Amino acid sequence: MSGHSNDNVSSEELWGGGRSPYGISYGKMYMWFFLVSDALTFSGLLTAYGFSRAASEDAWPIGEQVFRALPGLEGQYPLVYVALMTFILIVSSVTMVLAVEAGHRNDKRGVVRWMLATIIGGVFFLGSQAWEWSHFIHGGGGSFLLATEVTITADNGKEYVLPVGEPIFMDHHFGEIAEAYSNGDASVNLHEHHGHVTLTQYGEHTHEAELHQLTIHKYIEDEQVISGDDIYALWEARSESFTFGANMHENEYATQQSYANFFFFITGFHGFHVFSGVVINFIIFIMAYRGVFERRKHYEMVEKVGLYWHFIDLVWVFVFTFYYLI
Amino acid sequence: MERDDLIVNDSYPLNAHHSEEEGVKIRKNIIFVTVLLTVITAVEVAMGVIFKRDETFSWEMIKWTFVTLTLVKAGYIVMSFMHLGEERSVMKKTILIPYLVFIVYLVFIAITEGFGHLYNLTNFH
Repeated sequence: MSGHSNDNVSSEELWGGGRSPYGISYGKMYMWFFLVSDALTFSGLLTAYGFSRAASEDAWPIGEQVFRALPGLEGQYPLVYVALMTFILIVSSVTMVLAVEAGHRNDKRGVVRWMLATIIGGVFFLGSQAWEWSHFIHGGGGSFLLATEVTITADNGKEYVLPVGEPIFMDHHFGEIAEAYSNGDASVNLHEHHGHVTLTQYGEHTHEAELHQLTIHKYIEDEQVISGDDIYALWEARSESFTFGANMHENEYATQQSYANFFFFITGFHGFHVFSGVVINFIIFIMAYRGVFERRKHYEMVEKVGLYWHFIDLVWVFVFTFYYLI
Repeated sequence: MERDDLIVNDSYPLNAHHSEEEGVKIRKNIIFVTVLLTVITAVEVAMGVIFKRDETFSWEMIKWTFVTLTLVKAGYIVMSFMHLGEERSVMKKTILIPYLVFIVYLVFIAITEGFGHLYNLTNFH
């Protein structure tokens, strides 16, 4: 492998000119320098995220609660989808390192095959991220803020005083109709009867949803269930406006907009790196396929794009921990 | 066409070849690292689901476990997948030391000075 060819040269001779003290070509070296600067950018973003979170006085949403859906499936699977995305990226990193290894054996077929696998992995990751963005933007069930202070009792007997402005999260089935209701859709009627809240949407098909479940951050943290009476009390104390999904101005997951903005910026910036990585990988794939590197007698370009691709995986490992996990 | 930007001498082997047998060994190592990274990710997700997030000592411990596991993963990616472990030591230091100095400084300054705007500064006038 690279770097071993003149390990025994004395340092005077090595730095005296005419030799490469770093034992690395300028292309690879500058890819490394670029990656260091890029790593600082991502570190800055994640530090800013951690700082905003530490400086926030309101409860900060947790990854297991926000990211728990799987495409086409009902139910809750906390962080499974993100873990799957991580796995896809790790696997595509592995196929990349196998392409580099094949390059060291001047195995053109191996390089082409593994580069193709890497590109497919990258495209899958981008698709997964598109789905996750879509899910984040459309949201779960929506949320509303409290207009008055409410005291509720948890099933462990603990009392919680929820202040004005505390976000309350609605269940998905209820939230869908609540969105139409909050938009002033005249076909949606609200019934409150014996402590039961029902929204009915009349039309070609009649949709009806009863309010069964509300969630609050403090309960999420302690894994408590809100009783029926308290659900009704919370609903009664709601302010006028609801929030559904997330955009650049508001989000249903948190009172702090910086939570959604950091999601869009950090995963978006990383996603753009993945996109450009797929494009660069594709160019190198075509070059390898057409035998450019075979004529050049070395596959160092594969190593260089490999460095970039592994870096994308490296960044995701940190995003996964600091944005989703902690 | 002869390219003058590629200095092919013994300074750095651009055509760093290895044999088929060495390749088998390298691939074995790649698979080991893959399995390790996958298992660590699975353990992290499981820990996140199992343990509660109350502000107790145990959750602090779990947070630091996450950070440690992440650094282990990062180390394997950089040293094994990106082959930094095989580069000459001066190259390793050139890459790692500036990054670590800057990021440790950034985190330090965010923790120590970053909350200044939250304090009442009128006392200083």
